[in-house]
Amino acid sequence: MKFTLSWLKEHLETDASLDVIVETLTRIGLEVEHVDDPGKKLSGFTIAYVISAEQHPNADRLRVCMVETGSGAPVQVVCGAPNARTGMKSVFSPPGTYIPGKDITIGKGVIRGVESSGMLCSGRELEISEDHDGILDLPADAPVGAIYAEWAKLSDPVIEINLTPNRPDATGVFGIARDLAAAGIGKLKDKGIPAIKGDDACTVPVKLDFVGDDRALCPAFALRLVRGVKNGPSPEWMQKRLRAIGLRPINALVDITNYVTYDRGRPLHVFDAAKVQGALVVRRAMEGESLLALDGKTYALDASMVVIADNNGPESLAGVMGGEHSGCDENTVDVLIESALWSPLNIAQTGRKLGISTDARYRFERGVDPAFTVPGIELATKLVTDLCGGTPSQITLEGSVPEPEKIIEFPLAEVKRLTGLDVPLAEVKAILTALGFWVSGNAPVIKVAVPSFRPDIEGKADLVEEVVRIVGVDNVPLVPIRRIDQVHKPVLTALQQRTRAAKRALAARGMVEAVTWSFVSKKAATLFGGGQPALALANPIAADLSDMRPSLMPGLVMAGQRNADRGYADVALFEVGQVFKGDGERDQRIAAAGLRRGLASSDGAGRHWTGSDEADVYDVKADVLAALAAMNVPTGGMQIVPAAGVAGAPEFLHPGRSAILRFGPKDVIGWFGELHPRAIEALGAEGRMVAFEIVLDGLPAQKKKPTKAKARLDLAELQPVSRDFAFVVDQSVEAEALLRIARGIDKALVEDVTVFDVYAGKGVDPGKVSIGLAVTLQPREKTLTDTEIEAFSGKLVGEVVAKTGAVLRG
Amino acid sequence: MSDLKNLESALLADIANAASEEAIEAVRVGALGKKGSVSALLSTLGAMAPEERKEAGAAINALKDRVTDALVARKGVLKDAALDTRLASERVDISLPTRESGIEAGRIHPISQVMDELTAIFADLGFAVAEGPDVESDDLNFTKLNFPPHHPAREMHDTFFFNPDENGQRKLLRTHTSPVQVRTMLSQKPPIRVICPGRTYRCDSDQTHTPMFHQVEGLVIDKTANLGQLKWVLEEFCKAFFEVPSVKMRFRPSFFPFTEPSMEVDIQCSRKGGEIRFGEGEDWLEILGCGMVHANVLRNCGLDPDAVQGYAWGMGIDRIAMLKYGMPDLRPFFEADVRWLKHYGFRPLDLPTLAGGLSA
Repeated sequence: MKFTLSWLKEHLETDASLDVIVETLTRIGLEVEHVDDPGKKLSGFTIAYVISAEQHPNADRLRVCMVETGSGAPVQVVCGAPNARTGMKSVFSPPGTYIPGKDITIGKGVIRGVESSGMLCSGRELEISEDHDGILDLPADAPVGAIYAEWAKLSDPVIEINLTPNRPDATGVFGIARDLAAAGIGKLKDKGIPAIKGDDACTVPVKLDFVGDDRALCPAFALRLVRGVKNGPSPEWMQKRLRAIGLRPINALVDITNYVTYDRGRPLHVFDAAKVQGALVVRRAMEGESLLALDGKTYALDASMVVIADNNGPESLAGVMGGEHSGCDENTVDVLIESALWSPLNIAQTGRKLGISTDARYRFERGVDPAFTVPGIELATKLVTDLCGGTPSQITLEGSVPEPEKIIEFPLAEVKRLTGLDVPLAEVKAILTALGFWVSGNAPVIKVAVPSFRPDIEGKADLVEEVVRIVGVDNVPLVPIRRIDQVHKPVLTALQQRTRAAKRALAARGMVEAVTWSFVSKKAATLFGGGQPALALANPIAADLSDMRPSLMPGLVMAGQRNADRGYADVALFEVGQVFKGDGERDQRIAAAGLRRGLASSDGAGRHWTGSDEADVYDVKADVLAALAAMNVPTGGMQIVPAAGVAGAPEFLHPGRSAILRFGPKDVIGWFGELHPRAIEALGAEGRMVAFEIVLDGLPAQKKKPTKAKARLDLAELQPVSRDFAFVVDQSVEAEALLRIARGIDKALVEDVTVFDVYAGKGVDPGKVSIGLAVTLQPREKTLTDTEIEAFSGKLVGEVVAKTGAVLRG
Repeated sequence: MSDLKNLESALLADIANAASEEAIEAVRVGALGKKGSVSALLSTLGAMAPEERKEAGAAINALKDRVTDALVARKGVLKDAALDTRLASERVDISLPTRESGIEAGRIHPISQVMDELTAIFADLGFAVAEGPDVESDDLNFTKLNFPPHHPAREMHDTFFFNPDENGQRKLLRTHTSPVQVRTMLSQKPPIRVICPGRTYRCDSDQTHTPMFHQVEGLVIDKTANLGQLKWVLEEFCKAFFEVPSVKMRFRPSFFPFTEPSMEVDIQCSRKGGEIRFGEGEDWLEILGCGMVHANVLRNCGLDPDAVQGYAWGMGIDRIAMLKYGMPDLRPFFEADVRWLKHYGFRPLDLPTLAGGLSA
């Protein structure tokens, strides 16, 4: 919503400065988005006298002018305007002036060999009119040296407010003035709108062709004929205002409708009566009908839209835009003025469907004041007869103007209860009355009647808002909230804590946290176990963002690839975020996933003199175990099984280099491994990638204990003993099998078993691998004798050999 | 006696001349070994008369002591020298670069970091962190929040929808985290203090909008919650979050379907050379929307608007992250460009706490 300061002052008697007005508007909820002060923009343009204008020696169309600027010696200006002549007064801009109409800052120049120090300007260059036929031609009494904008009274600031959808009353300058007056910025000038008595009946019949609920599409329709008008350009003051708010003046009749639209928030329409055939019928459009609208475009209509039609068909799209055929032009003699009420919802839907945004739609979809239907037509009639002459008919009013009677029982304590602000009864009454409400009764509960122009007011809280916005939210005192506990209890759930811990742990492993889209392509979703119809968006923003992600992996793989494409091939990325298993509210999980690419191993990324290893399965295995440890997940019962041996294991994994993490066959928590080259290719990526993903929901918790005390520490007093064993086994034998056997020989004695060496190659038969185990024994009672150690070793070797077919390496 | 003197000077000279630990050992054996020259002298003592033995014994033992001392001293010198030589040969190039550790190389995304900051601040005020699903029902995302049936936000143009199920119900991607407020009110009894951070979605994609973004909302419901408290909470939050001693805030009356009265909040700042500073300057920057929970919303959530009351607010996590940490654009938040993440991300152990400061 835009208006000028002088327009506002038409309805508001005030001495307040522009700054105060702007500040107040924002304070009371009419947020000022922009103030355009053309005077400020044009402060460099002064009135000048052309001492002489002579033919340019080198150019037929140019003149060389000597210009008296009012300060200093006359300057020489080369000018191309055909009307530049000796003795005229015009507008001058010195070098260094910004020319808004050209979006340039002029400098000193030489034009066809003649020096030019400044410019004489046209109306278009100043953006004050469309005129570019010549430079501004000012009257002889214009004072040389004065700032042109001030002399021409162009300094009428344009204020643009960002109107919230609940305030139809502020779509007109009058309503804004009422709000400002209530806020103490001057006095509302409410002159009232006199009714004009028509001579005879309006000769064009109106029919509202609706039945049943459809009647709500057009509750009321007022029409008046004014005969014998002379339509031409509207007066300068009206054109100036319309232009200032960005409207193009057309002719007086059209300009009047636009003016009333902005002045009162009351859209109107005018038909050239000569072009209307028969009655005006307000009805739903019929399928197949179309309308050539005033914007020059033809719109295909359907039965969801309302039109005003005559014998020729639709002449106007109700409440949105008029039709070209019956529009008024300079030949119009008899004009029909329409002031109607439309269903806000229907107007919004029609506008949206056809993609039409007009000032009429803007107002009707917010809700135009029903009580102003007839005053609106009276105001327009007054303007028409004042500006164009003519004889008005009586008003035809079809339907009826609704008179909503909304009365709210308003306990005064409500203001204090909801805001903490104490506002005395007298002030509440004064504010509400100034805003157009009717107040009766006394404390503690008053009755408040809501004016027809405030459809947004529904209940007590709305009245509280009215009071508090006028008093000023700034005046509401701050009230500290009380602590519920002296020291607050933890507020994060176990899952929230684990989510945080996983992120920090993975970052501490040198990985970089990514946040990727929650939606991926259908193909990617399907590849990673998703893609079901319930999780496909009906209106995706792009084809590759169509399905909710079942896994974080596609996003990470593609992110890894994008980095590689930019020249950063060695990246370690992770994400902890939601994945979707279905559209139920319990189908959303939190997953943690990591991806390592190229040389981004856990030792560090990139080539290095200490060694440059490609990231491998063991890096991501360590990542996932670190995350589980950081989340304090008891992993004692966790199984790490080769993915190849698990039915239903993900197909996007390398069959020989991947594993499933689970606490039982039905309690799979995730996987780690190398991604299958086919999966990588399907995602449009390339290269070897290792990754992991686990779902954090439902991971086991540590056992709850009655106290926080840790178990007693039992330190052995005797020296531990360590023995090494090297076994040659088939490559199919898992190291874990050897470890399990070693640990199980004597659980009380075996403190630790580690794999200190894995070797295949020279000296070891093909298909075999040598695995070195270091076993640490911790005696508790007495030092172990050599015989006891020998006995242990013998038993260990015997069991390993028996259970795995291993051979002890010599 | 001059023999002794000669022997001593000869031995001391040998000791001084010994250039290695082996050489000094040879001198020691030659003097003090079983067949050494000093040992030989000592063995002559047995054959002497007591008077003579007393005098010679003292002299020989004194000689032995001096030679022993000299040997020890020389041995020490030679050992030190040998150690020095060894250490000198063990020099490495300490200028060689080491590998960056995970603690140095890893990064936390600014969104995670800011969520942790928000949690730290609001946990201190007794707020819990509530969460809900991204895939929501129309009822929780719109209807319960007092959106009229044909509100533009309910159009495919603005909101992501899924296809209708067999009952004609279509789910959507939540457009704000307000449904989490609704879920909280439906499942908990007041007093309620929660913040609801999370992912939100709107059909919007241009320079300054992404189809997915992050919001944090706050909700307080009890018997006394009012606008004055809301203002206090938000001011405390802004000071704590932006880590400035004071902020100037402007509450502008505004409109949202789910609050009444409703306000938008601007904070005063200065913008110089593309840098935004809070707590100074003359510019206003819109940062959040807030208001008293609408009576219809309370009713829709089974609460009596005359018995309990509450306030709520909402803001963009990505946006406040940009304001605080100076990222100029939103889109790179979701592009996973490691250069951006390394630059704008946070180190793994930069844990925001109120005790240690939110940002280091």
